[in-house]
Amino acid sequence: MENIGLLMQGFQVAITPMHITIMVVGVLLGLVVGVLPGLGAPNGVSLLIPLTFTMDPVSAIILLASMYWGALFGGSTTSILFNIPGEPSSVATTFDGYPMAQNGQSTRALTLAFMSAGFGALVGVVVITLLSTWAADFALRFGAPEYFSVYFLAFCAFIGMGSSAPLKTIISLLIGLALSTVGMDTITGSLRLTFGLNELMGGVSFLVVVIGLFGLGEILMTVQDGLHFRGVASRIDLRDVFRTIAELPRYWATLLRSSAIGTWMGITPGGPTAASFMSYGVARQWSRPGETFGKGRPEGIVAPETADHSAGTCAMLPMLALGVPSSATAAVMMGGLMIWGLTPGPMLFATKPDFVWGLIASMYVANIVAVVLVMATVPMFAALLRIPFAVIGPVIVAICFVGAYTVSNSTFDLWLVLLFGVVGFFFSKLNYPLAPLVLAMVLGHKAENSFHQSMILSDGSLGVFWSNPLVGSIMSLALMLIIVPQLAKLVSRYRNRGTLRSAR
Amino acid sequence: MKKTSLVLAVATTLLSTAGAFAQWAPERPVEFVVASGAGGGTDNFARTIQSIIAQHDLMDQSVVVLNKGAGSGAEAFIYAKANAGDPHKLIFGTNNVYLLPHVAKMAYTSDDLVPVAALALDEFLIWVKGDAPYADAGQFIEAAKADPGSIAFGGSQSKDTDETLVALIEQKTGAEFKYVPFNGGGEVGVQLAGGHIAANVNNPNENLGQWQAGAIKPLCVFSDQRMAESEPVHGDMGWHDIPTCTESGIDISAYQMPRTVWLPAGVTDEQLAFYVDMMEKVSQTPEWQEYVANTSQTGRFLAGEELASFIDNSETSTVEVFKAEGWTAQ
Repeated sequence: MENIGLLMQGFQVAITPMHITIMVVGVLLGLVVGVLPGLGAPNGVSLLIPLTFTMDPVSAIILLASMYWGALFGGSTTSILFNIPGEPSSVATTFDGYPMAQNGQSTRALTLAFMSAGFGALVGVVVITLLSTWAADFALRFGAPEYFSVYFLAFCAFIGMGSSAPLKTIISLLIGLALSTVGMDTITGSLRLTFGLNELMGGVSFLVVVIGLFGLGEILMTVQDGLHFRGVASRIDLRDVFRTIAELPRYWATLLRSSAIGTWMGITPGGPTAASFMSYGVARQWSRPGETFGKGRPEGIVAPETADHSAGTCAMLPMLALGVPSSATAAVMMGGLMIWGLTPGPMLFATKPDFVWGLIASMYVANIVAVVLVMATVPMFAALLRIPFAVIGPVIVAICFVGAYTVSNSTFDLWLVLLFGVVGFFFSKLNYPLAPLVLAMVLGHKAENSFHQSMILSDGSLGVFWSNPLVGSIMSLALMLIIVPQLAKLVSRYRNRGTLRSAR
Repeated sequence: MKKTSLVLAVATTLLSTAGAFAQWAPERPVEFVVASGAGGGTDNFARTIQSIIAQHDLMDQSVVVLNKGAGSGAEAFIYAKANAGDPHKLIFGTNNVYLLPHVAKMAYTSDDLVPVAALALDEFLIWVKGDAPYADAGQFIEAAKADPGSIAFGGSQSKDTDETLVALIEQKTGAEFKYVPFNGGGEVGVQLAGGHIAANVNNPNENLGQWQAGAIKPLCVFSDQRMAESEPVHGDMGWHDIPTCTESGIDISAYQMPRTVWLPAGVTDEQLAFYVDMMEKVSQTPEWQEYVANTSQTGRFLAGEELASFIDNSETSTVEVFKAEGWTAQ
């Protein structure tokens, strides 16, 4: 294998005392920006770019990439502890991570999240190593109809077997879609639903909505319940960490399936956020009926975290090989590449093997560094839940508002976050699911754009979605994910009736 | 004795402060407000200047970069309007500053900003797939005329520079295309390499990687002269070997996008002069030459009268296209 030889050369570049130090610094900085909601990896990386001007490109990209890995890990921490996603891609982790932490198992939840994240990242790097040439060609086959089919699949995988009332799911989904259309439309160039407000021109930020719905909404719920944090008596024991690690192999199926979803979404490039939602949805569909997700199931943490990290890692490949970033952070790093005088594209692998393979080798090392560092913080973070609500409550409210403001330095977002906090409270009280709304906000606009582009290309014919085997099979799979569970329900209802009759 | 020296000291201090007033310099950290998201062409432009200022110590104050790319960059220009008269906000854009208000109802006009300088001109080219059957732009236009509306032309955003250029080609040649907007130049480049669209009008830098690999090829450049000599990019062809579009029979002599720097309206002449001077120094550094060469742009420093007439020409000719296409905002 030619790639393995190149990788070994890459390790010679990556494993030097200086580069290891850079990785540790990068991961630690990333953890900080990841934990603070709103700040996030894209902002963190762009803040670091001026520092890299004088650095050698390999060291510079290792610093930026390590920060990205750190931020991906950090983002899950607040999702699990306070129901506030630090990163868009860790929203799905709140669904089961937060309930598990509330049951007094915060150490277990954090360990599960970090270990499966580390696993996902490693699978991602291995895939990059083995398939770098092939994957770039595969990504080239994605035009507008193919993109739409991938987004459509993510929707179907997530919604196919919702546990809430179907009408409530649809209402929540439609509100999310409406929110995603606010701002300037790429295809028509016109402003939509801005009501003449300049602040709405850039659209409603997904992170602001999520911080409001989840973070503030949860605080309001707690206040209404009588000002005490549920599950305060969390026991912190270092042995819990090891017990959880030993528990991990039990979820091998979820781990493998989620890494596959993540790798695929990272390369295609649907992005880490879509990957984590899709993986969560699929995990829920595959579990035996009766097993309740959303109440602290381990698979509900393992699935989104694994997919998130394998997608985040694989997203580096389209960035390097095609010059298409599949996440906001990758876009910023690509800007960095250009400033350092490197041109992303198919020839980068041929012209700058030291750079490319040094980066890939550093991904192995930096992810291991990140897992070690992050595991060391578990007891510290888990201890945060022991602080009485009277102290931690106001701190969380402050973090929510600071986080919302940091997203785009806009005071208007402070009102939005308050508004969505109230919305989140009423949604929970009335048993409306929040996830469809969030999913629609993340993917709604992208799906709409690629649908619109497909329609321009095909002169308005829907046949374009079955025009080649690739797009056709993704679309058919998506439709099946919606239809099959409904059919299964009908069949089982019919059978029940049959058995009832025969029993009589 | 002691007294006189004290008086002297005070006098010298006063004199030197008076001198500093004549030569205005920023008193607070300067915000670089970028009219695009992080990682875009305008963002690289601003961050390159930031690094040059730091390396050559061109300014005592530090620089903070802010991305305000919402609404095709309108967010940055509205921000300038809200900060009228503040000399510590430098706005980085393209021709979108004066073109946006023509196509959409915006909460600012181009009078809310004053131009400081243009530092480079980004070229536009017609690109097709590497194995496309067209040898030159003439054949490409003929193919489009033979089957009107069948050739898909990709571009970034809608009613922006790319779509304007495609409309201009249609008006000048009588050919008809199908325009498909995408989010950015990089995306359009890959869509072309994958064969999902037939052509694009990307800037050199956005397509360089794909051309190196031979996945796509340039047909002609919209400039009155060929681009600068360079190392061969693919095969034995370099930037200078690409014919101009006028040579290939498309009557558009120049269509270039300036990389521009602006200040909010209401700043004083001294404040404006400081930044004009600083930008001129930036444009003379070897690092700037390197950036221009790496991104295959044409380095040209424009300020004052020259810049004003460039903007005037560019605005008038583009608005004509807008009118012919019926895009002008009421």
